[in-house]
Amino acid sequence: MDFAKVAAKRLGAVVVLLLTLSVLTYALLALAPGGPEEALLGDRASTPETRAAIRALYHLDEPFPVRYWEWLTGALSGDFGSSIYFRQPVLSVIGDRLPVTTTLAGFAILLTLAVGIPAGLAAGLRRSGVLDQGITFSTLVALAFPPFGIALVLLYTFGVALQWVPIYGSDQISNYVLPATALAMGQTAIVIRQTRAAALDVGGQDYVTFAKARGLPRLRIWGSYSLRNAALPVLTVAGLLAAGNLTGAVFVEQAFSLPGLGSLLIQAVNQKDIPLVQALVLLGGAVVIAVNLLVDLAYMVVDPRVRHGASTRAEA
Amino acid sequence: MRDELLRVSGLTVSLAGRRIVDDVDLVVGSGETVGLVGESGSGKSLTARAVAGLLPPTLTAGGSVRFSGTELIGASERVLRKFRGRRVGLLMQDPFAMLNPLLTAGAHIAESLPRGTRRDRQEVVRRLAEVGITNPDVAYRYPFQLSGGMRQRVAIAAALAGDPELLIADEPTTALDATIQHEIMQLLARIQESRGMAVLLITHDLRVAFQLCDRVQVMYAGRVLESGASKALATGPGHPYTLGLISALPAVERTAVRLEGIPGSVPRAADVACQCAFADRCGQRQDDCLTERPPLRLLDSGRLTACRYDVAPAASVAAPPSVPSARKSSANGPLLLVEGLRKKYGQAVALDGVDLRIEPGERLGLVGESGSGKTTLARCLLGLVDPSGGSIQLGGMDTTRLRHLPAARQREIRPLVQCVFQDPSTSLNPAMTVGATLAEAAALAAEQDRRPVGEVLELVGLPSGYAKLRPHRLSGGEKQRVAIARALAVRPALLICDEPTASLDVSVQAHILELLRTVNSELGTALLFVTHDLAVVRQVTDRIVVLLHGKVIETGVTASVLDSPGHDYTRRLVASVPTFTGSDACTI
Repeated sequence: MDFAKVAAKRLGAVVVLLLTLSVLTYALLALAPGGPEEALLGDRASTPETRAAIRALYHLDEPFPVRYWEWLTGALSGDFGSSIYFRQPVLSVIGDRLPVTTTLAGFAILLTLAVGIPAGLAAGLRRSGVLDQGITFSTLVALAFPPFGIALVLLYTFGVALQWVPIYGSDQISNYVLPATALAMGQTAIVIRQTRAAALDVGGQDYVTFAKARGLPRLRIWGSYSLRNAALPVLTVAGLLAAGNLTGAVFVEQAFSLPGLGSLLIQAVNQKDIPLVQALVLLGGAVVIAVNLLVDLAYMVVDPRVRHGASTRAEA
Repeated sequence: MRDELLRVSGLTVSLAGRRIVDDVDLVVGSGETVGLVGESGSGKSLTARAVAGLLPPTLTAGGSVRFSGTELIGASERVLRKFRGRRVGLLMQDPFAMLNPLLTAGAHIAESLPRGTRRDRQEVVRRLAEVGITNPDVAYRYPFQLSGGMRQRVAIAAALAGDPELLIADEPTTALDATIQHEIMQLLARIQESRGMAVLLITHDLRVAFQLCDRVQVMYAGRVLESGASKALATGPGHPYTLGLISALPAVERTAVRLEGIPGSVPRAADVACQCAFADRCGQRQDDCLTERPPLRLLDSGRLTACRYDVAPAASVAAPPSVPSARKSSANGPLLLVEGLRKKYGQAVALDGVDLRIEPGERLGLVGESGSGKTTLARCLLGLVDPSGGSIQLGGMDTTRLRHLPAARQREIRPLVQCVFQDPSTSLNPAMTVGATLAEAAALAAEQDRRPVGEVLELVGLPSGYAKLRPHRLSGGEKQRVAIARALAVRPALLICDEPTASLDVSVQAHILELLRTVNSELGTALLFVTHDLAVVRQVTDRIVVLLHGKVIETGVTASVLDSPGHDYTRRLVASVPTFTGSDACTI
């Protein structure tokens, strides 16, 4: 099995999955009470004619399959329609918000891995020591606090009381320090626990003892033996977390008033902005699939058993 | 004695203050091969780990381990790292777990080579050749692409890459097939000789130790019971335990009238700190064995024993005139008739036209190495997998596709054939008491065929009180008895035993084999005994079938096949069984 084959297989799955996703989202929004015209008009008084005009504008009165088909053919040619609320092409609305979310997600996952993996390894290698107990306890605390709670504490401490970082805005990297930290806290705890468990498991393996018995340098054992073998389960978790961050860190974006995809999705659902919701959901699905594909490819790089296919048992 | 290389004195290993290894002395001269022999729980592996400074972090070592005069107990990691690999090598048991799955064979060897030669491809090829791997491409293979024997060779090359003066080999062949075991042991002996290296061989197999080692040291419950030259120990054991171990060994050359195990099980070292550790299981125990710990005393030239008394020769068993023989074919035809059985897994052929016949009450041995198809055959007979071709008839009924018969029919047939698996610690449900397990099994049989819990426990020699216990409270041998009891609870006509003693100690193995013989002779249950151990198969079977690559290559009366094997492969198998010229004292 090689990279190209894996990628091709995945692509087929992507098409099926995205189609299913789009039908389901479309159907759910169509079934839900209310329509975008109410969101657009708000409390303003309106005549039935106005409403009919709006409904006609967005083809809302046509039967569901027809509407979905129109949307689909448009989407396939790259036209995801226009946002009802923003009155702009959906792609440009998303394009405006995307950098905020990718910056936040990238920053957070970087923090998570940079802190989580070394801390988890350290805890696992020095099992039951003071360091291990300290780290394990900290992860418990970090997991117990919800991200928006952490967000408020961080905002108050570093933004308001100490005034080290700005509390509002989204154009400078310093704007992202607190949100990324808030997002990364719980995730770091998960990565630490995963790495620690993996390191403990690897540390008890005969091949580590055998490596020590051959007098290999400590760094080599930590790198080639502990870290590489422990990396496999950690990769999976890191992939899931990254996908989650990219598709919308809703709470943290709200708490820091960051105009990212998470807050956009909430807004779009509230306003029944069907084209926008549709595009955001598909983007989410695509991101999850892409990240998983990357994780699988990373597995192939790290683990020869996956690369060569464990079924190819060679001769003696 | 040659130059002293390793001197261990008063070594202790403790877990949270509780001694597991207690006051062990050990000397290895340069170029000498010393065997450390003992059953599980004897502390032999921990002693080896302590010498290499590689005890698990929860254990602490005390006493003294001197290597060429340098004290290693309490030495810093920095000091220890200089010794490991370069002066003391350690080879472990499981070649499937010992190599890093993410590194190639060549990388394992290269990273262990002395500085300066690590980038030298030719050096890696030379090292592979030393362990009998002539194909240089093996250097580029990953462990999962190599067989068990090849992995162990690679591991040996890696352990020897730093050219140590002493190699500690901890059960280096236990996880391998019989013929491969033999090859690896020969290889170790050859390398030891050509390098003039000292070897400390940890093993549970007395025969291997006697065959390969200059001196042997017998450990039990964390302490040394006897040590001396191999030959002296083999011919006249100086401790009742050594004698018991030797007597418990089944021999491939003859069928023992009675298999003598050692009663009881190994105590914990801390529980017998102030008495003779073996006293509770000893046949010639005196009062003072229990009140004071016997010191090692000099027996004769260089031989030490921890027994105060001279060892009485093994009581000669009043032998019944002959070993129970196979029953003649009954009027009702064979119990089991397998014809042309085939099984394919994808492209791989596991069984390639196997014929087999078992008469009621007969004992048939099925011999072969891993990959020979013996387990697949057993699974087909049990109706756990569907054969790809051929037929199975059990008691005159066609059970070829047992899994697809109606449920009621299956309930009728399945009790006829039962199985005892290799590892009793995984074949018993840990959440159920012994009694519940046995009752559950019995409930599957027809009303009149059920054996009550008390009765089956008695059958396998366990007190009825065991019904209330859960498996974790039992020793390995007791668990296997329960597993046998479970199989017998439905009055099977055929008992399939899949390596039932492979994970047991030799003293326990003898008990289980004796039990199976009794089950056969008293209940008339036919046995299909699947094993790779020819010495065991000689003790419990009338006929054997030798399987190779899914084909029957030889079949016949056990004694004649083993005494004069007809097929090359059978000859190789027989030759790979380690033998030692035992004494008259241990006639069995």
